[in-house]
Amino acid sequence: MQDSLGAVQSVLVLGAASDIAHATLRALVARRTRTIVLAARDPESLAPLADELRARGAETVETVAFDALDVESHAAFVDEVFERVGDIDVALFAFGVLGDQQQAERESDAAVDIARVNYLGPLSVGVPVAQRMRAQGHGTIVVLSSVAGERARRSNFVYGSSKAGLDAFFQGLGDSLVGSGVKVMIVRPGFVHTKMTDGMEAALFPTTAVAVAQAIVRGLERGSETVWVPSTLRYVMSALRHVPRPVFRKLPI
Amino acid sequence: MESHTELLTGWGATAPTAATVVVPRSAADVDDVMAHPGARGLIARGLGRSYGDAAQNAGGTVLDSRALTDVIDVDVERSTARVGAGVSLDALMRFVLPLGFFVPVTPGTRLVTVGGALAADVHGKSHHVDGSFANHVEQFTLHTPKGIVSVTPTSDADLFWGTAGAMGLTGVVTDMVLRLLPVETSLLRTENVRFPDLDSVMAQMVADDEHFRYSAAWLDCLARGASLGRAVLSRGDHARLDDLPVKVRADPLRFDPKARLAAPPWAPNGLLNHVTVWAFNEFWYRVTPSLHREFESISSFFHPLDGVRGWNRLYGNRGFLQYQYVVPDDAHAAVRRSIEMLSDARAASFLAVLKRFGPGNPGPLSFPAPGWTLALDIPATVPGLAQLLDDLDELVVDAGGRVYLAKDSRLRPELLPAMYPELARFAELRARVDPAGVLQSDLRRRLGLP
Repeated sequence: MQDSLGAVQSVLVLGAASDIAHATLRALVARRTRTIVLAARDPESLAPLADELRARGAETVETVAFDALDVESHAAFVDEVFERVGDIDVALFAFGVLGDQQQAERESDAAVDIARVNYLGPLSVGVPVAQRMRAQGHGTIVVLSSVAGERARRSNFVYGSSKAGLDAFFQGLGDSLVGSGVKVMIVRPGFVHTKMTDGMEAALFPTTAVAVAQAIVRGLERGSETVWVPSTLRYVMSALRHVPRPVFRKLPI
Repeated sequence: MESHTELLTGWGATAPTAATVVVPRSAADVDDVMAHPGARGLIARGLGRSYGDAAQNAGGTVLDSRALTDVIDVDVERSTARVGAGVSLDALMRFVLPLGFFVPVTPGTRLVTVGGALAADVHGKSHHVDGSFANHVEQFTLHTPKGIVSVTPTSDADLFWGTAGAMGLTGVVTDMVLRLLPVETSLLRTENVRFPDLDSVMAQMVADDEHFRYSAAWLDCLARGASLGRAVLSRGDHARLDDLPVKVRADPLRFDPKARLAAPPWAPNGLLNHVTVWAFNEFWYRVTPSLHREFESISSFFHPLDGVRGWNRLYGNRGFLQYQYVVPDDAHAAVRRSIEMLSDARAASFLAVLKRFGPGNPGPLSFPAPGWTLALDIPATVPGLAQLLDDLDELVVDAGGRVYLAKDSRLRPELLPAMYPELARFAELRARVDPAGVLQSDLRRRLGLP
């Protein structure tokens, strides 16, 4: 159960190999989290993370295979996880790809793959997770969106559009769950220094996986619906949203 | 039977979860619910005054006992009353005071059901003399998943005492027989005394609490240095008829309290912060003369907050926490240290109450034990609160104490066996009355209670 100060006891992490997932799990185990299900395409690669979390105090840590692209498998996957460990207090959706923007502009397969991982995947796994949480009467779905979804930019609009779809879907899902005891928290980080962005030139207001993890923990404490990391981006993006397109597309962002 | 889905919280308004709420109107209805509990079990709920998640059952059934009010049957000869579990102490007082009786134990609010009072084994300012609520229960009817039982301390001592403080996890109580306290008037003869620091007020309570049926100290948790723990000690007993001035003797048992104020439907987070609470504490301490004797009404002496309807809303939408511990008599240092920690953290507690408990009862989950109890309420928005309370837990466990489950909403589950050393006895009882684990609550899930 989530306690009165937002500490949670059981967590399911989809995309557990990501840096943000890792940092978030450390922060959660430092409080009350004792039951953890780690899911990634290659569950064997999660063994060191599982060992680390056990050493930090987690009691049950399971690693399971989860393929975001294989949307047909998602409902059965969710059933199996909930049957196996019981109630899940928080489901963290931390999987996603940046993709290759240039390639995606030319080859539809590449564009579709980005949309499948970043939009269709979270949607197809989000629906059964929400159903399960509705049945247990409590829980929080934490979804990693992005500032890129707030307004599509010339430089990464394929990724941006997939995050925009994801963001809109989970906003609506959150609204549909009001009164059910289940909440949806959308996390919109800016540029995060991680494996995924390694070698890329940092954008304005860069942040770190640890800062995103802290923001997630604080958001759970406060029962937030939307979390921006860093928080200044809320105001930056709300200004950028209103810049006329002829100007916006020329901005060096 | 009427049923609906509802988002429920405790009085602290934290951690909401959804459940199917059913409203039984009779003991037979309770049996119907018990026979078809559903996959996530059931728990009884009264007036929702426990602060944490004890009367919540996420995804399961919550049995609203407030309609089980059809029996109030007073035996004037024996000073007892048979009462439906959903009857509130408020309703019971209104019924029995004109007959010359008072409830045996009252907590800081009358707006609790007698079923809830037994489930939490509530205590009041009289604990050092009278013990807790279950000590005054002669018999109760308990609906368990294994059937209906009439329970007395001699018929089944394990089940009787195991129900006291078990927060509903032994079954659903539908009615009980209570021993009442005969009184001559509805007023209290009280004295309020101001103490400049913690040591002086504790010394006074040790010295002569026994001469007063009721005793509790209000503590200023924001005072520091030499004034650390400055307090107003409030003690008293029921006034006798000859104590009263002649002009009020005409209607000595009059009891007709009304809520005079209602909290606004919304209040900003942080309204009750260390500045506003400091100002209140300063005022309260200053307006109390060094010694003040008076006659007080039941509601002003026992239940001042019942005069403000929905006062919990003043804490804003993130709610608040109650924290209450008891440590043994010799743990003065732990009490002092806890108040230093609270004072250093500027954790503004609007209500901090220190009391010395008398002997406990045999209930494995009953909270009161001989020693010092401190109760606090703290807004959930106080920075660093989670760590502060975790640190207080460690202090309490090291001193051989425990926290109160009716108020808990965030204890680290690993500490429970140290706080309640007879947990294994409770587990045996649970295995006997509820082997399938039908009785279920968010509190039980969170703490891993047997």
